[in-house]
Amino acid sequence: MGSDRTIEQIPYEDVNADVVRTMTETGRLYYIFLFLSMAGVVVLWGLPWAYQIYTGQGVTGLQTPAFWGIYLANFIFWIGISHSGTLLSAILFITQTPWRRSIYRSAEAMTFFSVMTASIFVFVHMGRPWNFYWTVPYPNQRGLWLNFMSPLMFDVFAISTYATSSMIFLYFGSIPDLAAVRDRVKGWRKEVYTVLSLGWRGTDAEWHWLTKAYTFFAVFIIPLAVSVHSIVSWDFALSKVPGLSKTIFAPYFVVGAIYSGSAGIVTLMIFLRRGLKIEKYITKTHFDKLGMLLVVMSLIWSYINVVEVFTGWYADTSFETESLRYRMFTPPFSYMYWLMIFTNTVMPLFLIFRKVRRSMAPALIISLGINVGMWIERYLIIATSLPRKFHPYMWNDYIPSLVEISITLGSFCFFTMMFLMFVKLWPSVSIYEVKEDIGIPFRTKKGHH
Amino acid sequence: MSSIFKRIKDKLADYRRPGYYKEFDYHWAIVVDIDRCNGCEACVVACYAENNIPVVGKKGCDDARIFNWIRIEKYIEGEYPDVRVKFIPIMCQQCDRAPCEIGCPVYATYHNQDGLNVQVYNRCVGTFTCATYCPYDVRRFNWFTYKPDKPLDEQLNPDVTVREMGVMEKCTFCIQRIRYAKDAAKDEERRVRDGEIKPACVQSCPTGALTFGDLKDPNSEVSRLARSRRRYRVFEELNADPSVIYLKRVMGNGKRSHD
Repeated sequence: MGSDRTIEQIPYEDVNADVVRTMTETGRLYYIFLFLSMAGVVVLWGLPWAYQIYTGQGVTGLQTPAFWGIYLANFIFWIGISHSGTLLSAILFITQTPWRRSIYRSAEAMTFFSVMTASIFVFVHMGRPWNFYWTVPYPNQRGLWLNFMSPLMFDVFAISTYATSSMIFLYFGSIPDLAAVRDRVKGWRKEVYTVLSLGWRGTDAEWHWLTKAYTFFAVFIIPLAVSVHSIVSWDFALSKVPGLSKTIFAPYFVVGAIYSGSAGIVTLMIFLRRGLKIEKYITKTHFDKLGMLLVVMSLIWSYINVVEVFTGWYADTSFETESLRYRMFTPPFSYMYWLMIFTNTVMPLFLIFRKVRRSMAPALIISLGINVGMWIERYLIIATSLPRKFHPYMWNDYIPSLVEISITLGSFCFFTMMFLMFVKLWPSVSIYEVKEDIGIPFRTKKGHH
Repeated sequence: MSSIFKRIKDKLADYRRPGYYKEFDYHWAIVVDIDRCNGCEACVVACYAENNIPVVGKKGCDDARIFNWIRIEKYIEGEYPDVRVKFIPIMCQQCDRAPCEIGCPVYATYHNQDGLNVQVYNRCVGTFTCATYCPYDVRRFNWFTYKPDKPLDEQLNPDVTVREMGVMEKCTFCIQRIRYAKDAAKDEERRVRDGEIKPACVQSCPTGALTFGDLKDPNSEVSRLARSRRRYRVFEELNADPSVIYLKRVMGNGKRSHD
């Protein structure tokens, strides 16, 4: 794949050294950010949640017609973010796309952490979270079983399967790197990576089995990821509520998930390459390719959005029309709606220009904008549908409370914290696959160090 | 092994099969004659007293967290002096194809053999799904643990559970009264007589707008009323097959109300 190369020629030795350096050498700024995000998790997430569990769901802004609120919007948002990492990594692995190699590790980690964040929101959202294990099928003397017809039940299985397999996928891909790190570090790190690398020696047989297992998981994960977000969309689409019950929701959510996830990758990579000083490995070519992906996803997403509105409007049933009117033309939702259209349909069009794709500042702004827009999309689906259900007598506007907003911000802190810990504990750039990208080894004039 | 799976499968299918109750003795239903409803809300008060429903005060009502299991919807039409007010009492419609039942992951809400949509408070984990899926907005959630003030706790109905926070609840057609009547009938080895059971709302209605009974008995009062030409059900087009039947109000020229 020499011609598709995305990385300049770097000696193999330097790759190992660079990646290990990102894990062992830590600046002050890192600790400041880690402390801030940990404090954010405790103050913005932990304490309000404890208060909510102790007092009851009444501390949220939820009320009678609007029983679902910002928590579920966050849940879908984080599940969406999780969709690009592993899915993209698997698709690009199977198609043997070279630009996957230096970004996939951190993208997969992003998947795993956002699935974690999302699944915590399930518990945050529950009225009696201490009974969460009732949603798991376990044999019990009372003969109680689960309702397998419930879309929420599908969710439990889909998300736990997805979390497990994306974790395994991440781990399998990392084993040779963990061994490489093991050989280069001292002290407690040595012991940890000795255990984690499972005695990897790099023999032919080991490579053979690793590649087999990895390919198997890549093939397994692609349909799984598609099904997970379809199932998440069915939480809404299988109801009767106008604005939620849409047949197009499954593909809409899958596309939206890949879209927001890819934007998440772009944002994360910009911070990662600056923070860890690995501009050599995550190059402008990567952003070029990701930018193309974003344009395509943006166009598909916008198309489905138009179809959704058009079919709703054309059907001209009173419930559907009201739900559309409320979403698109009633402040404050109308501001959010048109902001979403701007950030997710208009702004990504600038990525058509090669120059925009290859420069960091516009890429950062557009990718952040897309994620803001995607969050708004999820929020609008919930916050504008439920308050406008069938009975006009029961209509009521939903306004999130401080507790809900705080927990929402806390989830971002949680994600940041997990990711910051990850980059120091795990090789965040794949050592062995980057080497594949570099091509045939060569010696510099300095010689072999 | 496969027979075990089949048994489990059949049992699970029973919980959601429309018309499950048809193999059993009763199909409870309420007929609401809107022509007779004058909006006095005595049913609402009676329901509060019977079912230990918490009173949430002004703030709770402002936050739309009022607990009325039955509500009187008021629709005002026209300008003064030609004003017409319509009252529609809405309680849980005990749908046969209940949208709420498919939502619950833990079977906290399921269909029983009397055609009732039953809520098991102890099993509820509070996912809100049932309330979200309900087209009639009749489900109420315990946002906090509501404790009645000091002397009032002694007037709680001992036949009805007091719910804790995090649990969904709704109209049960006063299932405790149904159970008592069915037990008494079983002891005497007979069917429950028509009119033997009166839920709190039906009992307290001064104009007799509400009638409770068994739809499977063709001679019962509800069956007779349900055959009326004024019959309709709320949101029939949603195909939820509700058990509450409404009799239309006929707004004539003031001389003749209805047939």
